[in-house]
Amino acid sequence: MAVVLILVLVAVASVLFHLLSPWWWTPIASNWHYIDNTIIITFWITGFVFTAVVLFVAYCVFRFRHKPGNQAHYEPENRKLEFWLATVTTIGVVAMLAPGLFVWNQFVTVPKEATEVEVVGQQWLWNFRLPGANGQLGTSETRDVTAENPLGVNKNDPAGLDDIIIAGGDLHIPVDKPVKMLLRSIDVLHDFYVPEFRAKMDMVPGMVTYFWFTPTKTGSFEILCAELCGVGHPQMRGTVVVDTPEDYQTWLEQQQTFTQMMATAN
Amino acid sequence: MSVILIFLAGIAAIITWWMAQQRLTSRPWLEAGSVGDAPHAPHLNGSSIATAKIGLGVFLAVVGALFTLFISAYFMRMGLQDWWALPIPGLLWINTIVLMLSSIALQWAKVEAQKHHAEAMRAGLVAGLVTGVGFLVGQLFVWRELVSAGYVLADNPANSFFYLITGMHGLHILGGLVALSRTTLRAFEAQPPGKVLLSVELCAMYWHFMLLIWLVLFALFAGWANDFVDICRQLLT
Amino acid sequence: MVNIPSSIDDTVPAAEVEDVELYHPHSWWTTYVFSQDAKVIAIQYSMTALAIGLVALVLSWLMRLQLGFPGYFSFIDAERYYQFITMHGMIMVIYLLTALFLGGFGNYLIPLMLGARDMVFPYANMLSYWLYLLAVLVLVAGFFAPGGPTGAGWTLYPPQAVLSGTPGGQDWGIILMLTSLILFIIGFTMGGLNYVVTVLQGRARGMTLMRMPLTIWGIFTATVMALLAFPALFVASVMMLFDRLLGTSFFMPAIVEMGEQLQHGGGSPILFQHLFWFFGHPEVYIVALPAFGIVSDLISTHARKNIFGYRMMVWAIVIIGALSFIVWAHHMYVSGMNPNFGFFFATTTLIIAVPTAIKVYNWVLTLWRGDIHLTIPMLFALGFIVTFVNGGLTGLFLGNVVVDVPLSDTMFVVAHFHMVMGVAPIMVIFGAIYHWYPKITGRMLNDVMGRIHFWVTFLGAYLIFFPMHYLGLLGAPRRYYELGESAVNPPSAHDLNVFITLMALTVGAAQMLFLFNLFWSLRNGKEAGGNPWRATTLEWQTPTTPPPHGNWGKDLPVVYRWAYDYSVPGAPEDFIPQNQPNPDRISREHIS
Repeated sequence: MAVVLILVLVAVASVLFHLLSPWWWTPIASNWHYIDNTIIITFWITGFVFTAVVLFVAYCVFRFRHKPGNQAHYEPENRKLEFWLATVTTIGVVAMLAPGLFVWNQFVTVPKEATEVEVVGQQWLWNFRLPGANGQLGTSETRDVTAENPLGVNKNDPAGLDDIIIAGGDLHIPVDKPVKMLLRSIDVLHDFYVPEFRAKMDMVPGMVTYFWFTPTKTGSFEILCAELCGVGHPQMRGTVVVDTPEDYQTWLEQQQTFTQMMATAN
Repeated sequence: MSVILIFLAGIAAIITWWMAQQRLTSRPWLEAGSVGDAPHAPHLNGSSIATAKIGLGVFLAVVGALFTLFISAYFMRMGLQDWWALPIPGLLWINTIVLMLSSIALQWAKVEAQKHHAEAMRAGLVAGLVTGVGFLVGQLFVWRELVSAGYVLADNPANSFFYLITGMHGLHILGGLVALSRTTLRAFEAQPPGKVLLSVELCAMYWHFMLLIWLVLFALFAGWANDFVDICRQLLT
Repeated sequence: MVNIPSSIDDTVPAAEVEDVELYHPHSWWTTYVFSQDAKVIAIQYSMTALAIGLVALVLSWLMRLQLGFPGYFSFIDAERYYQFITMHGMIMVIYLLTALFLGGFGNYLIPLMLGARDMVFPYANMLSYWLYLLAVLVLVAGFFAPGGPTGAGWTLYPPQAVLSGTPGGQDWGIILMLTSLILFIIGFTMGGLNYVVTVLQGRARGMTLMRMPLTIWGIFTATVMALLAFPALFVASVMMLFDRLLGTSFFMPAIVEMGEQLQHGGGSPILFQHLFWFFGHPEVYIVALPAFGIVSDLISTHARKNIFGYRMMVWAIVIIGALSFIVWAHHMYVSGMNPNFGFFFATTTLIIAVPTAIKVYNWVLTLWRGDIHLTIPMLFALGFIVTFVNGGLTGLFLGNVVVDVPLSDTMFVVAHFHMVMGVAPIMVIFGAIYHWYPKITGRMLNDVMGRIHFWVTFLGAYLIFFPMHYLGLLGAPRRYYELGESAVNPPSAHDLNVFITLMALTVGAAQMLFLFNLFWSLRNGKEAGGNPWRATTLEWQTPTTPPPHGNWGKDLPVVYRWAYDYSVPGAPEDFIPQNQPNPDRISREHIS
């Protein structure tokens, strides 16, 4: 009997824990509420299946536990039942997969109007680069990284001279404008992760990865590194500030361009 | 990774073919009481092929997966910018011919062993052994030639892969030579050639497989495999 | 080589199956140490795996102490913490679970359950164990090497794994780890060939594939998968060793490390990830499929009922095995690979859910209208169902590409894989040990200690990992030495971490009771007899218990029926052993 009670308790307590838990995702600050919705759908379906299976097991133990004189029923298989169970499972899986793929399609389709922001990771801090007046990021190369040029921007590319460089500081982005984050690393794998934006992507040395989102809430958010990058991994934090357009302009004007930075370095 | 997937599809086809003969749709609970279906289909209790040969076959599938994965990695790494293919030294052609001769010699040894011709079998084994060693020595000379021409291991991924994969193939040949030497020694001791027949057959099987892998690798290094992949790609698009 | 009379006759003499050439030991050394008997090798494998598993358990305590009480234990610094998580993960996945399921249970059960005298290549089987032991020793050597073991995480992702920012990256740690893996794979291949070919060729007369117990199906399929998947890890390890030792650039792009340009250039870290997960995902099922098989037999035996839908169970094992080779990149949704791969891999991953769900239904339908004996193996089987369903369902979150984006690399992932390939298979391992211990030693394990062990382990493990999902949902990233001040680490999350740590210590302590029971019952356990569970499969029908070298005495068993003739209507008892001839005759004899 204890077994039955504990199994029921496991099912009920799990559901209650889910409903009453104070540990829930951070308030969303981007357009990816679709992702949250997909998670909710998945919670409903999986939660139902989990509770049903555990309660069914509990009932079986309650009803069919050994008593003297009992004999088990002899039934090698039941094709019809198995067919129906497989069908219902397939429907459940499709109900989770279809919205998932639909949202993934949005996730990988970057809108044309998205502005580019480059994030460059290194052990163990974040650097950023914004396109300058020409609206274009210059080329870059890990081989060109020096103490004066920590992002390895190509000095011979005119497009890059007016790029705005933020080495180790906070990143600001304007609210309600889609941004395409271009991600680079100059040493090991990192991962640009802001819990409130829901999106994340690895930064791989030797290539440029990306994702996009639209910030929907002003405020300051913590950047965490989400890919093990050595002993300093937990210290690799940064801040991204979502500004109103006016605040953003004010901030932008205070930043130095690549040319200015090289000049001060020399 | 498409190369390894194609390889695995081949393995899956073999497994499916084998399983199709095992009556996987039968209802075993209805067939109690006798030795079951075995009398009608003795293969359901295992194959009549010697167990050691099946074991070697499974092992060769693993070796095949290993080299296919190296080839997969080779193709993926080749797609990146810093790849400079290295020249194929003429000696590599000679080595290929030597390995072919080695394979032929072992095939001959096997045929003669089946005919119980002890002398010819021994001759075949010795020839296979000598040419096998010759191949390995030849490979070492290829390495030396390339190194002295400046193609060192860490300079370029094409070089790294060449040394890595030929080295791995060489190690497998070396392992095979140990088994082949033991078989040859036994062939000179054992009176009836039938006693070493199985070992000779296993050696020949292993050798043919190593030759096949070598030919694939050779095509890879020579760049033909490349062209072949390009043609496949064009056919698909 | 099989010579079978053409008439169907249930009194045929013992099979003229080609006799395995048994190596007959002459001394104590060759009987117990350099033994070629699969059963001795199985015990050697199991003891080594449990010993190294104990090390990994202690490591998990240490890292839980850090997570529950950050900064309180000064000897756990960040470097050590990363070394602990790396060694814990690698040991548990490879050196404990894989080795115990295939090397331990595989070696013990395959010959016995199939009615063979031994594995088909006993010498290679012996070498397999000694290479495994060598691999374990090389791995452990990492703790004593200068710089300590590697702290790269069990995934060993380059470039980080071979650079100085990671413990052991520029020292011995990573070299020893890769060497150990290479040795393990060579050793495993020798053993794996045995398991596969023994199933193909070593079966007793009448043991057709569809009469094999699901345990054998699970181990067999998992071994085939392991033989094809481990080469990927081998390739990745060799190439990384080249990068680390010989300066090649397979996985190493141009890197500026701490302000200094390295010599490498052009390589692809993603290439490593593809190779690693091409092994790594099948590895999940290499651990899961034997557990699926064994738990099917535990449930069937202790519910006195045939496994429901045997054919479907067999097909599901095979299909899961095949599909698991085309889902590997679901570990790489946010790795920066071509995002279009996400569509394909999410679909294949969720398709696997269907055969897996069918297996779960068939387990619970086996309980339905059964005669459930709540023995300890059955309790562990129930614990497996609960934890496996829980962990399997959270897999549907992570496999569904877009849902994985916020959750990947968080504690949700940690909770998920611990539940599904940590707790669930270990439930089966424990259940299996309680189930087969009487056959191995001739004595039962102590029941009271067993029940305490089960309840503390099951409930404790559930309480560790179920709440942990919610830390991940909150956004807490994994592999953090300390989270400190953060929106994803509110004070309540800290309290939860303290709770999880206390639970982890409790569950760990319960394992000490289990180990004590293992040794205590060796002398003091109840005498078991040959078939204490009244089971049908062949290993319970050996003439002597524990079975000697050669297993079967003079004559090999002949198999007359499938492995699940429990509670057959009209039969005198609620089980009919597989080697029992025609049941009609038995019942007639019984009546007369």
